Amino acid sequence: MTAAPHTVAPANTVGRVMRQVLYALLPAICLHIIFFGPGLVIQILLGVTAAVAAESLALRLRGQPVQKFLMDGSAAITAVLIALCLPPLAPWWLIVSGTAFAILVAKHLYGGLGSNPFNPAMVGYAVLLVSFPAQLTRWLPPDISGLQTVAFSLPETLHTIFTGSLPTSLQWDAVTSPTPLNALRTGVAMGQTLQEATAQPIFGMLGGRGWDWINVALLAGGVWLLSQRLIRWHTPVAMLAGLTIPAAIMSAVDPGSYPGPMFHLTAGASMLGAFFIATDPVTSATSDRGKLIYGAGIGVITYVIRSWGGYPDGIAFAVLLMNLSAPLIDRFTVPRIYGHSR
Amino acid sequence: MIRAMTGGGLRLETNKERSTAAPLRAASVPAEVILPLDQHAGTAARPLVKVGDAVLLGQPIAEPTSDISAWVHSPVSGSVIAVEPRPVAYHAASSPCIVIRNDFADRRDNANTAVDYASMSPAQLSDHIARGGIVGLGGATFPTASKLSQAVAQPDLHLLLNGAECEPWISCDDMLMRERAADIVFGAHVLMHALGTVSCTIAVEDDVPQAIASLRAAAAQVQPHIRIATLPDVYPAGGERQLILAVTDREVPAGRLPSDIGILCQNVGTAAAVARWIRDGEPLITRIVTITGSGVREPANLETRLGTPIASLIADCGGYTTDDRRLIMGGSMMGLAFSDDRLPIVKGSNCVIVPSPSDLHPRSAEMPCIRCGNCSEVCPAWLLPQQLHWQAQAHDVAALESFGLMDCIECGCCDYVCPSQIPLTQRFREAKVPVQAELLARSEAHLSRQRYEARGERLVRIENEQRARLEQKRREITGRKSPP
Repeated sequence: MTAAPHTVAPANTVGRVMRQVLYALLPAICLHIIFFGPGLVIQILLGVTAAVAAESLALRLRGQPVQKFLMDGSAAITAVLIALCLPPLAPWWLIVSGTAFAILVAKHLYGGLGSNPFNPAMVGYAVLLVSFPAQLTRWLPPDISGLQTVAFSLPETLHTIFTGSLPTSLQWDAVTSPTPLNALRTGVAMGQTLQEATAQPIFGMLGGRGWDWINVALLAGGVWLLSQRLIRWHTPVAMLAGLTIPAAIMSAVDPGSYPGPMFHLTAGASMLGAFFIATDPVTSATSDRGKLIYGAGIGVITYVIRSWGGYPDGIAFAVLLMNLSAPLIDRFTVPRIYGHSR
Repeated sequence: MIRAMTGGGLRLETNKERSTAAPLRAASVPAEVILPLDQHAGTAARPLVKVGDAVLLGQPIAEPTSDISAWVHSPVSGSVIAVEPRPVAYHAASSPCIVIRNDFADRRDNANTAVDYASMSPAQLSDHIARGGIVGLGGATFPTASKLSQAVAQPDLHLLLNGAECEPWISCDDMLMRERAADIVFGAHVLMHALGTVSCTIAVEDDVPQAIASLRAAAAQVQPHIRIATLPDVYPAGGERQLILAVTDREVPAGRLPSDIGILCQNVGTAAAVARWIRDGEPLITRIVTITGSGVREPANLETRLGTPIASLIADCGGYTTDDRRLIMGGSMMGLAFSDDRLPIVKGSNCVIVPSPSDLHPRSAEMPCIRCGNCSEVCPAWLLPQQLHWQAQAHDVAALESFGLMDCIECGCCDYVCPSQIPLTQRFREAKVPVQAELLARSEAHLSRQRYEARGERLVRIENEQRARLEQKRREITGRKSPP
């Protein structure tokens, strides 16, 4: 006979949680494809294949039921998140090795689903970022009128991804364009003012063109996750506040060098980080108060890395640093129990 | 104004309308009743009858054996045919039972008479309530008089009657409040007199409008005034500590009783039972039982003689719809599963669910915890079940204790929302055993240290006294010697 409770919430499984997260990413994925071409689709397919292979291998080696854990969808999410961070024309081995590293090392060497202290997707991405920095800067400008673009067809995209070289007659320097965060960074480093650096056509009203809409789509997906009660508001709100407040202060102090909060919120992986990466429950702080500290930490560290660090975007490192701090945060943010003082 | 349960809880599908469509009616009286002697909290009662004895309806057949124990009365007239262990639905082991064959004459025990409670002192009244065999009918079955006497020393007591029937499926209190609100109000006045207080609230969930209307009408006719408070139908709003917080905005400190903060909680059914005993001279020999679920043809609430086999109630409700004999005693969140429908209804039996597969959502395969925190969001004790789960896996008794395992009320909310389908409540029940043992060992160690220190002090004292006596004697001797 079963023990109480005799009933649980219907259709509430880890697999469902993961599927909902994937649905929430769909609008941003669509916009990404519109702006940057079909490369992302190839990257996602490659990543998911690598993730499933790595997950199966790891589960088999660990003597775990392969079918049961493969169907939870967590490996697929890791792959999709890494794919969203990579340039769409990046060579195939980049996403494959990054995803494999994420699943095999960051996830399964630490005990698999639920036991990994670090966000596997961010570990995978960070390893690629420090190992292959050149490949990770090869972004195309978004396919928006007014920007000089070379539209890549599907065959050209496949050719580039699988051979690692562009179609004949094209040079990397000619087709790539710095991301807004990168352009801003280089410009300011060369002594330009913020206004001069952002005078390029890749910058729009909010921030980088194309990127702003993708971030809006990610925000919409995140709000949907909130409405589905799949994530709590504490982490994303705290993270965005951690990014906004220093940005507001610094841009008020020195408007010539520091962009304002709007730029930061709509640039790079801000919304992806806030709603889809920092909210990874396994690797974040657990109590509501803990989540506020955890999220704020990610926001502030991201701002610091973007403004004064060695990388144009800092979400991955910020997340990993706060993953490291999560157990400590948990220790000091245990909520008060009913009937207990403190 | 009552606020929502502060932190935690769940809005569940209540399924109560299934059993409230038909009015309250009496169950068939069976040919044989089985009366467990340990159907209340505390120590088992001692039989006053033996096999072959004739008994009257309402006659005491077992007496309490300690301060926390209760009288048991015969719900029928007839003869005792067995005093022996029988299986029961509230625990796995058998319980000592008195079995009575019904002669269907319903010859009453005339010693049971109505009393004028207003002329009695609180202590006399409390003693008299004990003689009615009355225990908490919300499910905990704590002897009512014991609860009264624990609280009566407190000044400014407030009586809180719990009509918040928060568990899904159960509707016996709803039907009682709808149809017998006057009994509840009368019982409330008796309990107020026994406590020496004039302050009483009846707390009800806001999804039982008919019950609220009946209570308001009944309470309006009498003095002192009884407040009817409504609260949102959030499970487990009817948990004693959760209810107290929602109604009074105060928390019961951990390890203490509600009476320590001046509140005495009783179920509305208990108040009605008190009324029947005081006003009509009828001890606790019946209770209202909800029979519900898709597995029974006509769900209903039945006023049932204690000791009636569950099968008899199922028959009263048109019988089973399936061959599946899975039964739940209590609600779907905290009830106990069993399969034998010959087991008897006892004082604590509020509901029997005969579920069909579609009534309950069974758990799917268990996955590892992903620390999503849904469990801590719904925990009404404000615990972190996800942390307790890790600590229970690691058998970390110290951490389990400091993270409040013993404050877990086993409501099942964490299980309900867990996407990893982990049977958290069951794990916590099991994990409480070593923590309890540790606490006990510590309190025993504390006691023996106290004893050891007391012994040390006593030895020192005795030695000092002996020394003083010797000194005295020596002085007397030398004093006698010196003056020649």
